[in-house]
Amino acid sequence: MKKKSGQSKISAVKVYFHYISIKIRCMMQYKKSFILTSLGQFLSSFNAFVGIFFLFRRFHSIAGYTYSDILLCYSVVLMEFSLAECIARGFDAFSRIVRQGMFDRVMTRPRNEILQVLGDNFEPTRLSKTVQAVIVFVYGTTHAGIDWNLLKVLSCLITIACGTAVFCGIFLINASFCFFTLEGLEVINIFTDGAREYGQYPIDVYGKRMTRFCTFVIPYTLVQLYPLKYITGKSDELILAFIPLAAALFLLPCYALWRLGVKKYKSSGS
Amino acid sequence: MFPVKWKNYKKNISFFRLRFAMCMQYRTAALAGIATQFVWGFMEINVFHAFNNSDPTAFPMKFDQLASYIWMQQAFLALFMTWFMENEIFDCIMDGNVCYELCRPIDIYDMWFARSVANRTSRAVLRCIPILLVAFFLPEPFAMTLPPDILTFICFVISMILGMTVTVAMCMLIYMLSFFTVSPQGLRIIFAMTAELLQGIVIPLPFFPPRVQSILELLPFAAMENVPLRIYSGNICGGEAAKAITLQIFWIIALITIGKVICRLAMKKVTVQGG
Amino acid sequence: MIVVKNICKTYKVARRNAGFGEAVKAFFHRDYETVTALDNISFSINDGETVGYIGPNGAGKSTTIKILSGILTPDSGECLVDGRIPWKNRIEHVAKIGVVFGQRSQLWWDVPVTDSFELLKDIYSIPSEVYRKNRDELSELLDLGDIIRTPARQLSLGQRMRCELAASLLHSPDILFLDEPTIGLDAVSKIAVREFIVRLNSERKTTVILTTHDMQDIEAITKRIILIGKGKILLDGDINDISGNGDIDRAVADLYRSYEI
Repeated sequence: MKKKSGQSKISAVKVYFHYISIKIRCMMQYKKSFILTSLGQFLSSFNAFVGIFFLFRRFHSIAGYTYSDILLCYSVVLMEFSLAECIARGFDAFSRIVRQGMFDRVMTRPRNEILQVLGDNFEPTRLSKTVQAVIVFVYGTTHAGIDWNLLKVLSCLITIACGTAVFCGIFLINASFCFFTLEGLEVINIFTDGAREYGQYPIDVYGKRMTRFCTFVIPYTLVQLYPLKYITGKSDELILAFIPLAAALFLLPCYALWRLGVKKYKSSGS
Repeated sequence: MFPVKWKNYKKNISFFRLRFAMCMQYRTAALAGIATQFVWGFMEINVFHAFNNSDPTAFPMKFDQLASYIWMQQAFLALFMTWFMENEIFDCIMDGNVCYELCRPIDIYDMWFARSVANRTSRAVLRCIPILLVAFFLPEPFAMTLPPDILTFICFVISMILGMTVTVAMCMLIYMLSFFTVSPQGLRIIFAMTAELLQGIVIPLPFFPPRVQSILELLPFAAMENVPLRIYSGNICGGEAAKAITLQIFWIIALITIGKVICRLAMKKVTVQGG
Repeated sequence: MIVVKNICKTYKVARRNAGFGEAVKAFFHRDYETVTALDNISFSINDGETVGYIGPNGAGKSTTIKILSGILTPDSGECLVDGRIPWKNRIEHVAKIGVVFGQRSQLWWDVPVTDSFELLKDIYSIPSEVYRKNRDELSELLDLGDIIRTPARQLSLGQRMRCELAASLLHSPDILFLDEPTIGLDAVSKIAVREFIVRLNSERKTTVILTTHDMQDIEAITKRIILIGKGKILLDGDINDISGNGDIDRAVADLYRSYEI
């Protein structure tokens, strides 16, 4: 997501982390509220876990998947989503940024627009969600009864990285719409919060048509269903281990839409 | 005494109508919301369908009961959602503007209560019709079914009104407690999370283990959406339904009484400290 | 050197009537109305000049500033700022200009001003020694002192505007755009801001382009004014020619009236 801005001497990465450090310092001004909000964020996806737990006490399996399979799937998706939220949820505030004309300020600074928007809207309380995701992830991966080897670990890391990219792409799409409609589209929640909520089960649970949609329109299955088939040992095909890399291509059309949005902004000033 | 009460009642009604009109304006948001809820209901039923296929004997409801439960839940989401609380009220508690509200010749508890009811019903009325319409015409196993008989339907309507009243009374409790805490937001998130789990939004209560379920059913959370939705789908009926409705009435009386007591304490705090 | 030649800019404004049916119709088809913001604007500004850009609300002042600072692309016409086309090479261009929007802050609200400065140093890739020199110089000129160790939200409007000015000059821009820099300030702060801009211009030879409704700003800071109305340049000349030696507010009001804007 962080694009180099050409000849600048100070790297974009350093600027990004400088933004984050400023945002954390801002947050520290309101310590009590920071702690309570963090706690709330921390608990926020706890319910889903309880749901899975009780359902499996009763049914023991879903569409051929066991509790451990679902645990792995849930923790990988939660990890992908919360990392993406940490990086790119700043785009959620984007309709406000455009409407109040704050994007003008972004345009007058010699840095990539995405870098500035992401940095400036980083939400430190989201970090607590990531902490929770890490805990669930460690629990999930160690209790899923998987025969870990180097290749599987590598595949898992690639899956998480690319899954994060897919979710970031969707946040980026939502933000890009703000250039055209001045409001984000609430419908996009289906693809963000909905995907986190229902992505806890491998997508083929929802039937063939849904699987096809989530492969060719938005590549969720490539960062969930297929690599997990390899990791859990349900399939030996090596290609499944690296298929998430294809999902990362999803960022390209998202970025193109963003460029289009910026172009529109430059010509209309919204 | 009576004329005074009547006047207050009329004030609340006009307040209600104003709110209702305001909420009806956000049509685009409503359309987007309907689409979202439709997809969510669909996914939810899909998951339970898959569970049902893997072990039908373990399924604690009939499947068409579950489908009705989920669609009713999506259609009347706004009536029972606990995270759907009003920021305006929280803001005016936090910044002390509540003092201005106190100037109006009307009880603040009653006023906020009427306002919450209006907000919830206006949202629900707008959203339920299209969702229900589509849900009735879906193919098996997604289709929503009609209640078994007219008596069930009447019980359902009564219990739904009671359920919403319990929900609002619970939220009122949170508003009132906000007067005494530094971070209403934290309180709110934790309350919403608890309610989501215990009132049967994450999974319907019959899907909990039997012993957990029997405890949960006694809590006020179960008196919110659990009772009406299960009466509608025919999952509880007859004596059980009567018991559940009685429990709803008990919780309404209890929660409103507690709420009013805390309200009085809060008002004392506001008038002593000046907000 | 800023050269603007025959710049035109129109906006499309969507129109729709109230009502649900209309909203649905608007979803598929919209009626647009074209509003001309700039109509064949040309002027040039030399290095080190100060120019007051005036006109009533909605005349096209902000649009011009936005085009010059690379935010907007014009429909037609040419514009060169020190040889750069602002909207073509945005990043390269904005690294060499400073922009102050009087109505909007560029400081981070909850941290001390100096923290904002540090972040700007990284954003603009300012070398450390240049940064320190500029910061100290600007602090002295603007009398910032302890102010920069205070969070921006605790500053008065006047103090904040002084910090805004410093923030937009840390990277030693050649050109400074000021969009209503004195709006809402008290008399003391206004004078401080004006005196600073004059000194900046005379000592650093920074080109200053200023929009304002306050004619005292113009009187104190610039010699040359450009008057714009209904998207056209109506007048480009010396301020003394307009005011004579009388009341400048009255003179400008008369001008507006004579052009019917």
